[in-house]
Amino acid sequence: MEKFSLGSENLDLRIRIAELEKELAEYRNGAIANGNGHTTHEVDEEEEEEEEVRTPPDHDDKAIRLDLDEFRRYGRQMIMTEVGLDGQLQLKRSKVLLIGAGGLGCPAAAYLAGAGIGTIGIVDHDLVEPSNLHRQIMHTVDRVGHPKVKSIISSLKRINPNPRYIAHYYALTPENSIETLEGYDLVLDCTDSPQTRYMISDACVLLGKPLVSASALRSDGQLVVLNNPPGEGPCYRCVFPRPPPPESVLSCGEGGVLGPVVGAMGVLMSTEALKVLLSKADKKKRRKPAHLSPDIRPVDAKDSPKKEEAPEQQRKFYMTIYSAFSDIPFRTIRMFGKRKTCQACSSAATITKESMKNGSLDYVAFCGGKGSGKYPPLTKDEVISVEEYNKLRENKEGGLLIDVRDDVQFGMCALEESINVPITTILTLPLAPEKDGTDGEDKAPVPIPSWLPRDTSTPIYFICRLGNDSRIAVQRLKRSGLAKGSVIKDIKGGLWEWSRKVDKEFPLY
Amino acid sequence: MSADTIPLKIELAGGLELLFDNEKKLNVDLPAKMEDGAAANINYLVEYLCVHCMKDPRREMFQLNGTVRAGILVLINDADWELEGEGEYELQPKDTILFVSTLHGG
Repeated sequence: MEKFSLGSENLDLRIRIAELEKELAEYRNGAIANGNGHTTHEVDEEEEEEEEVRTPPDHDDKAIRLDLDEFRRYGRQMIMTEVGLDGQLQLKRSKVLLIGAGGLGCPAAAYLAGAGIGTIGIVDHDLVEPSNLHRQIMHTVDRVGHPKVKSIISSLKRINPNPRYIAHYYALTPENSIETLEGYDLVLDCTDSPQTRYMISDACVLLGKPLVSASALRSDGQLVVLNNPPGEGPCYRCVFPRPPPPESVLSCGEGGVLGPVVGAMGVLMSTEALKVLLSKADKKKRRKPAHLSPDIRPVDAKDSPKKEEAPEQQRKFYMTIYSAFSDIPFRTIRMFGKRKTCQACSSAATITKESMKNGSLDYVAFCGGKGSGKYPPLTKDEVISVEEYNKLRENKEGGLLIDVRDDVQFGMCALEESINVPITTILTLPLAPEKDGTDGEDKAPVPIPSWLPRDTSTPIYFICRLGNDSRIAVQRLKRSGLAKGSVIKDIKGGLWEWSRKVDKEFPLY
Repeated sequence: MSADTIPLKIELAGGLELLFDNEKKLNVDLPAKMEDGAAANINYLVEYLCVHCMKDPRREMFQLNGTVRAGILVLINDADWELEGEGEYELQPKDTILFVSTLHGG
């Protein structure tokens, strides 16, 4: 019995070994290696072995060569004078890290994978959501709920199995950023918040890595190459020494974004990345045409020392801005450049690897917190749940329901009998004179707006998409003194909660 | 246009146009002299825009501490205003001043 069971185990093991050997062969063809064990989600069955890799291994430079398939695959770009064999080998030698597998990261990664970058790392801790699919073109319907890093790498492998792909399935933090970025040659910031942008820039400065940074919102985009060449180009802090006030920061979820606008920025990022990498290729090693005898110095060789001698102060730095609906959609603007007092990249810098690693740098606080304090606190009496409000409505006691979203969103979907008064209009309400006069800019008293009930017996309920602006509306209407004596309440959680708890047919967006 | 005013082209991008009733372009005839008699500069223009052109009441989304708030790039004829003296830059007729809100989405 025991013998038999051992024999069957033996057979199982042999089968398993054969499977693993097959997988190994496939793996050599380019496969996924995993980040640091934070993985909790499986992707496709085709995703095989997960290797413990945090930093990309050093390539043996001498071993880098192109096989026949690669000549065929990359030929269309290799015949360009900007690329050549030396350029293509340089790309294959390169290790690029994309931070963010979203609207910018997807197209950027697609073109970098296509171009034959040797190692592509991707950092992202998020899962694919249906609201991503209109712009995050590497993710697919069947991968909703799966980690974005896994999803994007599956797609990239279908475009080009040659690169080594490294999944960093975790959120970048000050503590882990140095370790994560260390092994790469170039970083692409495809993230979506000011705090990560400052953090990534600081890490790139400390590690001497060039950084391609872009962003997009609604129909606008911005692109800049930072710390390039390392130590010479301005960093993110040079361009934006002070963070924007948190109330002015909008995410794509809050402000909206057009897919091809963020896509265009991602594609431009990949171009800039290729430019940075190709600039390191050694064109002097190119074979010279026969008519250029050895004593005639090739053009490149003649030019390159001159370039190196160019005085630093003459170097100019630019930002590209895209405004899709503008008469002049693209423009390139000249930037100030490196700042002598920069906290990160000047001789007066105070930010160090240690201060990043030990977590003493608080980027969230630097950027003014997570928008906490952005919305006023309300008392219990000023808030009503969606369920309670629904009961009131059923009893015809819904009072006046004011939806404070903008007219575009109100036009998409709205609760019956609600009226639309956008928050921007609410904010123009005058303040009651007896209140403190901090908002001194208010002009002459405004007559009571037509949409406000004349009697105090009609309760007023404010609603919005997520329940934030409606809180501001409650506070602002109270401070105006125009509805003294009326019940004024915020419907907690807004239409999002309404859809989840009361009416599942109400669109979530 | 009179000699007492400077004709300027103002452009708004990156979402700032929403503060100006979705206008991406404004033609402004700015008084050539500020209250103290000095030549009109960018900070004065920012104040003028807040008072005369901005429709959104949240002034702090554009102006803070007498100048443009953090997170807005100011381009004077397509160059960063820091190359030109920032808020103190004295405006010239037909200057194009572009205000761009920095974006963080992606």
